[in-house]
Amino acid sequence: MDRYTILDHPADGKFQAFGATLEEAFANAALALASLMWDWEKVEPAGSFDVEVRGHDLEQLLYLFLEDILFLAETKRFLLSSVEDVRILSADAGYLCQAALLGDREPGRYEVHGDVKAITYHEMKVEQRSDHWLVQVVVDM
Amino acid sequence: MELKRVAENIWEIPRHGEMKVPARIYASRKLVDAVGGDKTLEQARNVACLPGIQRMSYVMPDAHQGYGFPIGGVAAFDLDEGIISPGGVGYDINCGVRLLRTDFSEADVTLKRRELLAEIFKDVPAGVGKGGVTKLTQSVLKDVLVRGAEWAVANGYGTSDDLATTEERGRMKDASWDDVSARAMERGIPQLGTLGSGNHFLEFQKVDRIFDARAAAAFGLGAEGQVLVMIHCGSRGLGHQVASDYIQSMENAFGVRNLPDRELVHAPVKSSLGRSYYRSMCAAVNYAFANRQMIAHWVRDVFKRVLGTSEGMRQVYDVCHNVAKVEMHAVGGVEKELCVHRKGATRSFGPGRAELPEAYRAVGQPVIIPGSMGTASYVLVGTAEAEDLSFSSTAHGAGRAMSRQEALRRFRGERIRDELAARGIELLSTSWKGVAEEAAAAYKDVDEVVRVSDEVGLGRIVARVVPIGVMKG
Repeated sequence: MDRYTILDHPADGKFQAFGATLEEAFANAALALASLMWDWEKVEPAGSFDVEVRGHDLEQLLYLFLEDILFLAETKRFLLSSVEDVRILSADAGYLCQAALLGDREPGRYEVHGDVKAITYHEMKVEQRSDHWLVQVVVDM
Repeated sequence: MELKRVAENIWEIPRHGEMKVPARIYASRKLVDAVGGDKTLEQARNVACLPGIQRMSYVMPDAHQGYGFPIGGVAAFDLDEGIISPGGVGYDINCGVRLLRTDFSEADVTLKRRELLAEIFKDVPAGVGKGGVTKLTQSVLKDVLVRGAEWAVANGYGTSDDLATTEERGRMKDASWDDVSARAMERGIPQLGTLGSGNHFLEFQKVDRIFDARAAAAFGLGAEGQVLVMIHCGSRGLGHQVASDYIQSMENAFGVRNLPDRELVHAPVKSSLGRSYYRSMCAAVNYAFANRQMIAHWVRDVFKRVLGTSEGMRQVYDVCHNVAKVEMHAVGGVEKELCVHRKGATRSFGPGRAELPEAYRAVGQPVIIPGSMGTASYVLVGTAEAEDLSFSSTAHGAGRAMSRQEALRRFRGERIRDELAARGIELLSTSWKGVAEEAAAAYKDVDEVVRVSDEVGLGRIVARVVPIGVMKG
């Protein structure tokens, strides 16, 4: 199973990410998002940020988790290279997601080719299939 | 879905189901075929179902599928019964275009165009992770959010003449930093005075053809070959975060069950959350005005350094194309205040509107329509008819026609650079892959878009301009 597929979208960015678990699908969605802006495979895992988000449903949880990657790129100049230790728990009539984001704070060392402005809920999917999880996201570019 | 041809370039989706009003599309047959292939029409219909919508859900000639509202959508809501929606404004709040005129002719810049572009590239930060040059504190940022371009002028970026030729005089008065989250401010601090990347660009251009000499003269556009500067950018991460924050708050307050698309989440205009979003959106609008004001100032500096003077580099106008505003419009013969959402659409006030600066009041508002990378752009003038046709609105650009993935498969950035160079257009970018994604062939034909705008009367063509140098973030 591929980690993710970038799909054609007339104006914005769209991808599906997959995982044997929901956690793995979230981690792969983070890499799919990064791939729209930089080549995450080339980024050194020189540093890390721990993130924690809460959502009233899984869609909001995914939205806010992915938004953290944009937030860190803009405010900490942090380019994601990998995602570790993802935990998703039920919490307060909703969900909680914790993860460690690895990457580099020297964006000048890498080519940043795209600008994702925002995550959207448009056509968003978080679905459990027979043997895997699928998430789908459209981002504003 | 039924799409009825009403007249040349005018189509309607008749009211049905949950629709409170019909939807109307301004497009040629060719452009309507393009929107028929995506979700634009379905999205226009969904907007027509929203509470308090007035007259019609309008779709501009350059429209394409968005999320929730279509890009190129215009919808106005009653202040008492109606709603305000972050999705109706878009994430890039006050993404917009500023146009400067100059006294230079093409001949004056031909030999220096490479140097001009290189200097602009050096002085105007662009691209992801490239911080602004001004070290901002949060207290200064709060001032920017409240005062917009006024703050920039007070701090030495440009002149008060620039304010007169900016929508809202560069400052939406209802802005409040108190409604802007700490997270949004954190994103705003490193990015003030940056162009950004993606579809944002800075071009210097020349007048290719004048169509309306009277309006052109009023706007400071004269002979063919006159050099202009166009700046296209928005409110950067701060605006994106404001949109996201209020989408979450409105979801949490009102739920998402009854929405055909979650991005249509909204609040009553007069609710506490609706008002709070509006004040916060105004703050992001002001940030974008300040942003373009600073960039314009740096561009003038570069021209002065490279060409010896920046005399005559007056601003033609600065337009917003992602915004919600309270404006007076006639509905059923009665003038009333409405909350007009323009998402990927430009205001096009005709002659006489009090909001226009005195110099333009007799002719109408300059409407600036950027093309795609390396293609023509247009200056239009707002019309009196646009009031009845579209709450005084027209197109905002060429509109994408091909996915970024497809563009990446078909084009190479370096090749595009060489092809443009062969046509006398210099191009600099932070990323060649980014250039490929923005290839002109991935966009609709801007000539067709403005032709429809002109023929229908949404905005009339004043001048066609073509690029000489392009900086793409």
